[in-house]
Amino acid sequence: MGAYVIRRLLLFIPMMAAISVITFILIQLPPGDYLTSEIMAMAERGEEVDEAAIEALKLRYGLDRPMVEQYFRWITNIILRGDFGRSFHWEQPVSSLIWERLMWTVVISLGSLLFTWVVAFPIGIYSATNQYSIADYLFTFFGFLGKATPNFLLALVLMWMGYVYFDLNMGGLFSAEYQRAPWSLAKVGDLIGHLWVPLVVLGTAGTADLIRVLRANLLDELSKPYVTAARAKGLTELKLIAKYPVRIAINPFVSSIGGVLPELISGAAIVSVVLSLPTTGPLMLGALLTQDMFLAGSFLMLLTILSLIGTLLSDILLAVLDPRIRQTV
Amino acid sequence: MASPDIGQVSGSGSGHDPTHSAETASQWQLMRWRFLQHKAAVVSLVVLVVLYLVAIVVEFVAPYATDTYNIKYITAPPMRVRFFDADGRFHLRPFVYDYTTSRDAKSLRIVQVVDTDAMHPIRFFVRGDDYRFWGLWRWDRHLFGIDDPEAQILLWGGDDQGRDLFSRTVYGARLSLSIGFVGVIVSLVLGILLGGISGYFGGTLDMVIQRAIELLQAIPRIPLWLTLSAALPRDWGTVEVYFGITIILSVLGWTGLARTVRGKFLALREEDFTQAAKYLGASEMRIIIRHMVPSFSSHLIAVLTLRVPEMILAETSLSFLGLGLREPVISWGVLLTGVQNIRAVALAPWLFLPGLAIVVTVLAFNFVGDGLRDAADPYAQ
Repeated sequence: MGAYVIRRLLLFIPMMAAISVITFILIQLPPGDYLTSEIMAMAERGEEVDEAAIEALKLRYGLDRPMVEQYFRWITNIILRGDFGRSFHWEQPVSSLIWERLMWTVVISLGSLLFTWVVAFPIGIYSATNQYSIADYLFTFFGFLGKATPNFLLALVLMWMGYVYFDLNMGGLFSAEYQRAPWSLAKVGDLIGHLWVPLVVLGTAGTADLIRVLRANLLDELSKPYVTAARAKGLTELKLIAKYPVRIAINPFVSSIGGVLPELISGAAIVSVVLSLPTTGPLMLGALLTQDMFLAGSFLMLLTILSLIGTLLSDILLAVLDPRIRQTV
Repeated sequence: MASPDIGQVSGSGSGHDPTHSAETASQWQLMRWRFLQHKAAVVSLVVLVVLYLVAIVVEFVAPYATDTYNIKYITAPPMRVRFFDADGRFHLRPFVYDYTTSRDAKSLRIVQVVDTDAMHPIRFFVRGDDYRFWGLWRWDRHLFGIDDPEAQILLWGGDDQGRDLFSRTVYGARLSLSIGFVGVIVSLVLGILLGGISGYFGGTLDMVIQRAIELLQAIPRIPLWLTLSAALPRDWGTVEVYFGITIILSVLGWTGLARTVRGKFLALREEDFTQAAKYLGASEMRIIIRHMVPSFSSHLIAVLTLRVPEMILAETSLSFLGLGLREPVISWGVLLTGVQNIRAVALAPWLFLPGLAIVVTVLAFNFVGDGLRDAADPYAQ
């Protein structure tokens, strides 16, 4: 087990290195570099273009150096000093902008994952044990519908219904009066009142997938001889299902942390724009629209690392639960 | 497509009695029967065929051009197609009532009121806006419409500039539906090529390609798509942006396909017929194209069908966020940018209707893909 974890951790390092290279390439992709944008911004504000300042920036980021050296300068700054570069749009270091937003992305993604599990688990078991019942068809249909509706459209429809029928603004995470208030019980309550909207919106597609997987897995298990044998011995139906087939069929739930989490993080980006949540999504979109590439690139890299960590955790957890998996990697 | 010979004799046209001919039916025949059993998939297939036919002849189906506007119809509600007039009389030919407009004293908005004096019967093959069909032939006939050039028929209401939302949605179908198809074809080529190489040759090459796939799959898709589309030059024309977006969507789309192809290759490499071809001196390319690809093409078609809706949703999301296609180009995602303002939608909920087109299309693709997946392996029980 220990060896497995260490092997997985060692695989993690080259992955991170590769991700950082890809991110750097993406940052460099749009025409012009950081400095030309800076000079343009200065000119737009009507400022005198300060040659000395530009030279200083050039030196600091090594923009006159070859690409490879620029990359190493950029990555060492990140690893040693936590310096992700500067956002020229916000005129702040990138690192001062990202952490709180990243925290909210984590909260919302994990919350949606939890929602997905809580909903998919009972429905999946019910659908498998009551195959071809009306409820099974109904769940399947809603599952398909949930998959077919773009996240942002669902968010918009919920916002619209809240606005028209309840005169509510469902966007954001806090009501106006709690926005700047210190943390209190009332503020937490207000947060929960807002938080369910993105959780439901993000959770629907993943829930539909998970129900189908759990249903299929459980159906495979239920037709096996040991189930018939247990039933013949007079085990109660609940104990019979919960004790053996469900335990085997539950693997996708754990591996879903790896599969669903990148989806949730990805989906959170667009849903957050619609619901104006303080996550990475809106800021990243803004950064991309203004070609603020250091900020956008940092977000992309951190989000990727986040989903890599999720995959890593789910793989380890899966190995703990299922000894067969340890041997394969 | 050649059906792989798996020891079965082709069916002799006795498809009416499945119990009798099941042993002699070809693989594709068995698949067709299995597919036809999935009712939702069959209905969905019909829906998709209709949608794609519409996408081919949008100029004819849409009653108006995309830029035809009339300030009278700014955020006008959808018109009801009626058979009974205001006096309760029945008309065999359906008709619509036009609107008269007034300004709301308080909000200063234009408000439409149904005008029961202005009755416009719906006619087929009417003359209307000029168009160039596929940019080639000039024509002015439309599938349906009304005779009076002063009035319009607005099945799905008007948008914020007084344009017919139904016509615009029909026009949007062309880009939204084709981008999924083109994207899937590009991913398919990449997927078969790289997945095939990976599975057929194995070794270091396999390792490198597999790690690359894992890497690409680890990057959250929407943020990566957004980053890539932000890198597209701003001065690109419509066609360039369209293909740019398609390629961006395919960059990630091929990974899953490559995985599937690789898995199938690994299994098929050991099969007798592959070995036989090898010893007969067939080249590697020939073994792959002639012997291996046909034997998993049915499975591949099912996987591809399930990829198309993902691409459609992706294009919609990108365009909605302003990083995909942009006005004056019309796709369903571009049309949905109109609902970003909740206050505007509260007054005109029919602006959501292009979203309905998306949901129906994606739903239909998912059902068809589901049916195809069940049918892809007709020998499994």
